[in-house]
Amino acid sequence: MIIRTQDSGFVHPTPSDITSPAQYLGRRAWLQSLALGAGGAALAGWAARDAWALAPIPGRLQALQASASKLAGAQTVEKLTSYQDASSYNNYYEFSTDKAQPAALSAGLQTHPWTVQVEGLVNKPKTFDIDSLLKLSAMEERVYRLRCVEGWSMVIPWVGYSLAALIKEVQPQTSAKYVEFVTLADPKVMPGLRSGVLDWPYTEGLRLDEAMHPLTLLAFGMYGEVLPNQNGAPVRLVVPWKYGFKSAKSLIKIRFTDKQPATAWNKAAAQEYGFYSNVNPDVSHPRWSQATERRIGEEGGLLARRRKTLMFNGYEAQVGQLYSGMDLRKLF
Amino acid sequence: MSPWARPVVFFLLCLPLAWLIWAVYHDQLGANPAEALIRSLGDWTLRALVLVMAITPLRVTLGLSALARWRRMVGLFVFFYASLHLTAYAWFDMGFVWGEVLTDVIKRPFILVGMLSWCLLLLLALTSFNRAIRSMGARRWQLLHRCIYAVCALAVLHFFWMRAGKNDFAEVVVYAALLGTLLGWRAWRRFTTRPSPRPKS
Repeated sequence: MIIRTQDSGFVHPTPSDITSPAQYLGRRAWLQSLALGAGGAALAGWAARDAWALAPIPGRLQALQASASKLAGAQTVEKLTSYQDASSYNNYYEFSTDKAQPAALSAGLQTHPWTVQVEGLVNKPKTFDIDSLLKLSAMEERVYRLRCVEGWSMVIPWVGYSLAALIKEVQPQTSAKYVEFVTLADPKVMPGLRSGVLDWPYTEGLRLDEAMHPLTLLAFGMYGEVLPNQNGAPVRLVVPWKYGFKSAKSLIKIRFTDKQPATAWNKAAAQEYGFYSNVNPDVSHPRWSQATERRIGEEGGLLARRRKTLMFNGYEAQVGQLYSGMDLRKLF
Repeated sequence: MSPWARPVVFFLLCLPLAWLIWAVYHDQLGANPAEALIRSLGDWTLRALVLVMAITPLRVTLGLSALARWRRMVGLFVFFYASLHLTAYAWFDMGFVWGEVLTDVIKRPFILVGMLSWCLLLLLALTSFNRAIRSMGARRWQLLHRCIYAVCALAVLHFFWMRAGKNDFAEVVVYAALLGTLLGWRAWRRFTTRPSPRPKS
């Protein structure tokens, strides 16, 4: 009998968190196949109804087919955040600093056509259009915890593939040590750019080994559909063991460099937002503790207790070795 | 001034709380209702503070001496919303773990400043009834109640520091300008009005 422990990367969920086996076994794909007629017409109605009750396919945007990821750590069994919450509570400062606003204000963002320029210290620099990116590797559904630096968290089923697949395509040179991500800054559709809150365009960065880690996801969708604009359509980064702001939205450029890139929040407040920004309950933000977090949509609503924040957001078994020997208090 | 004016103002100042209770009950506060509540109660504390600081300038410039009777009521509303704001923070953010609240106050200047303003407001609320004025003597009572000027400064600083990390000062500037103007008017008046001539004895 195998006993899974925290050391093997198993984060023990509370009973109310545990998803039904149907979901765990990629229920969406299964139910869709039923609904598509594999189970006959009579079953289709039942399956579609059941899919509605079980699988939170929002049915608002274009579907994005994927299979459940087999990667260690990529299928947390905690209760999913509702699509409503995940798509209406967004930090997307290019539109507004108010988290309720991006959903409405980002309606004018054109996500097609769209290109992502990959350049810098690589043998094969290339500008990918979004359609070729969508086909570059097989789409997987990964259920990740998302921990915002502000002290709240969600559980989101993303659709995408490891960023590593794209990186291998462009062949980084040996001198490449870091990856910089540049995101869209279009004053025509982004009213938030008028504010001087951050240096636009919003840029982020990872060390090359972090970017190559299989858990680092290039995401095109969530909840079985393409990303809503306010969640970073058409393509974004998801780095589950770092605070949410590291996962840059609406990418337009990926650049390989030999120097640590400047990142937007670090430029704005270096004491508060470090380059690494790994989720760490023991290193508090200057203005609040990071020891606990408020899970959005937690049972009990207003009266729900805050959860203990996990080291590396619970992905320590998978990513801890990237930081061996580093002083994470200094390099926060 | 109509006899209804005061009850109407009282009713209006209860509306934000009524709306928040309704919104909690009907799940209208978005994905993070706890945060929305804490922030909204902070906003209403600041708004009530602007209102109470506007009473004397309005009374003097418009010659509405009846407004003086509203000052205590509005001031107590400032304390009321500040107390709700503090309670919401201690409850939803800290789960009423007082050790954590204390650590937070010690470690974080912006929390300390907020807590200080509330302590001053508590002092003013505790001495807000007529007997307190009589037992302290009007002059000393008035000196004590000038603490409200410090509360204005501390409240704006608390809000400024809260927003500092996000570099998002648009709203902070509005409150700072309003309260600054109202305090400035008092300073200007102090320097320009001569003390009333006293009868020679």
